[in-house]
Amino acid sequence: MRHELTCITCPIGCRLVAEDGPGGELAVSGNRCPRGAAYAREELLSPRRTVTATCRALGVTSSSLARRIPCRTSAPFPRERVDELLAAIYALEEPLPVERGRVLIRDALGLGIDVVATRTLS
Amino acid sequence: MKELCFDAVVIGGGAAGMAAALELEAAGRSAAVVEREDSLGGILGQCVHSGFGLIEFDEELTGPEFAERFEERMRGRPISALCGCTVLSIEAEGAEKVVTCASPAKGVSRLRAKAVVLAMGCRERNRGNIRIPGTRPAGVYTAGLAQRLVNIEGYVPGREIVVIGSGDIGLIMARRMSWIGCKVHAVVEILPYPSGLTRNIVQCLNDFGIPLYLSHLTTNIFGRRRVEGIEATPIENGGLVPEKAFRIPCDTVLLAVGLVPENELSREAGVSLNPMTNGPWVDSYLMTSVPGVFACGNVLHVHDLADYVVEESRRAGRFAAAWLGGARPERELRVKAGSNVRYVAPSRVEPGRDNKLYLRTMIVKNDAVLEVKLDGKVLRSTKRNHVQPSEMISISLGMTELEFAGPDAVVEISIL
Repeated sequence: MRHELTCITCPIGCRLVAEDGPGGELAVSGNRCPRGAAYAREELLSPRRTVTATCRALGVTSSSLARRIPCRTSAPFPRERVDELLAAIYALEEPLPVERGRVLIRDALGLGIDVVATRTLS
Repeated sequence: MKELCFDAVVIGGGAAGMAAALELEAAGRSAAVVEREDSLGGILGQCVHSGFGLIEFDEELTGPEFAERFEERMRGRPISALCGCTVLSIEAEGAEKVVTCASPAKGVSRLRAKAVVLAMGCRERNRGNIRIPGTRPAGVYTAGLAQRLVNIEGYVPGREIVVIGSGDIGLIMARRMSWIGCKVHAVVEILPYPSGLTRNIVQCLNDFGIPLYLSHLTTNIFGRRRVEGIEATPIENGGLVPEKAFRIPCDTVLLAVGLVPENELSREAGVSLNPMTNGPWVDSYLMTSVPGVFACGNVLHVHDLADYVVEESRRAGRFAAAWLGGARPERELRVKAGSNVRYVAPSRVEPGRDNKLYLRTMIVKNDAVLEVKLDGKVLRSTKRNHVQPSEMISISLGMTELEFAGPDAVVEISIL
């Protein structure tokens, strides 16, 4: 199988080609540095993304415009499970006040990654 | 009318204003930060995505986290933060500046200072600025306004989205709209290459299968009450090809078509502006044409990273503090933007010390060369693996190499 992708490790943006090699190993070409090969392997075998979102804040006063609590995953999250993760975040109703770093979801989807608040709101 | 006195007044409480004020205070100067919104942090609060702080904190943070770390630094220091307070004017009174500002809580007050640091940031270009033809229905937003509605106020501005312009805000909003359940049908870009970072093309468009139409002009917006679609027309060999125009149905248009430094106050205060950046001309102290008025961050020129804004603003704070203590540049050389360089900021350097310069190129190129010339003679020639307009370039200059420059010498920086 042949895959084409753009390396995002640095701004050069090498165009990478990854092909299944003889021993089942991915053979990467087009990279100008070793980071390109590592990026292609991770991106093709287990792509991950840092997910950021907002969840509903309970107890917002009518004068406040801020109605959402921003949050993010504590580590990059498997890309194919991001939609499920977002559904879980959108289902949250978090009472104020909240402080930055508070864990809103522990061990999300059983994958060992937390969702934490990124802003202190009172 | 209430009157307060400080050594320096910083206008704007975003990343730039906080960084400048912290330096002023650290140098023993009394400083006030005047902020229009009810809290500090500026635009960072609505930038809930990650990618901030890699330089400043050596870790990847979201906008709110980056802002809050600076707020915490501010909290421990005797810096007056006047929030919910809009500056109306900056006027000179003798050697002093008077900053007049108004707030619903305290009414009109006057802040008297020896120095002013402009840190008002920038504003989005809108539909009027780029003159998109068509009707004027509801559903046309700038990307940053949509970002505020979604991330702070919790409103969803539409369901079927087209983004015009491929700058980073547009790309990040394409992902945000997809993540909140909207369908993003296209990103339409007039230039033949994306205006945003490659990682955003990959993670914000490719992840969601969003088509990017390069070399396409948006030639119409349709719809009576609400947006019903846009028309995109390809550009080939420098001209529009109307017979290849096509329609993309949507109910919402997000405009990500560039940022402009917000300099209404500066202009009224008599500060002269550089038409290439829309920000003030500044000398090697980051001081504008009005003595005692400094500028930093996105009001000076639009940066692509908050980390660069902070770095520059720290320098502005330190220079303002030094200027208050009587320091002046010994002598300065003019810096000129040479081939393929849109601008260099600041536009003066002081020989004999390290000068940090930011520049923006006009070309996309691998294996480029950055060339510094002094009066036509090449001083330095360095290889750059890759340059593109969306990636600001920073260089250091002047410690030893400008020592023997004559009084009218000109430094010219080119990308070849």
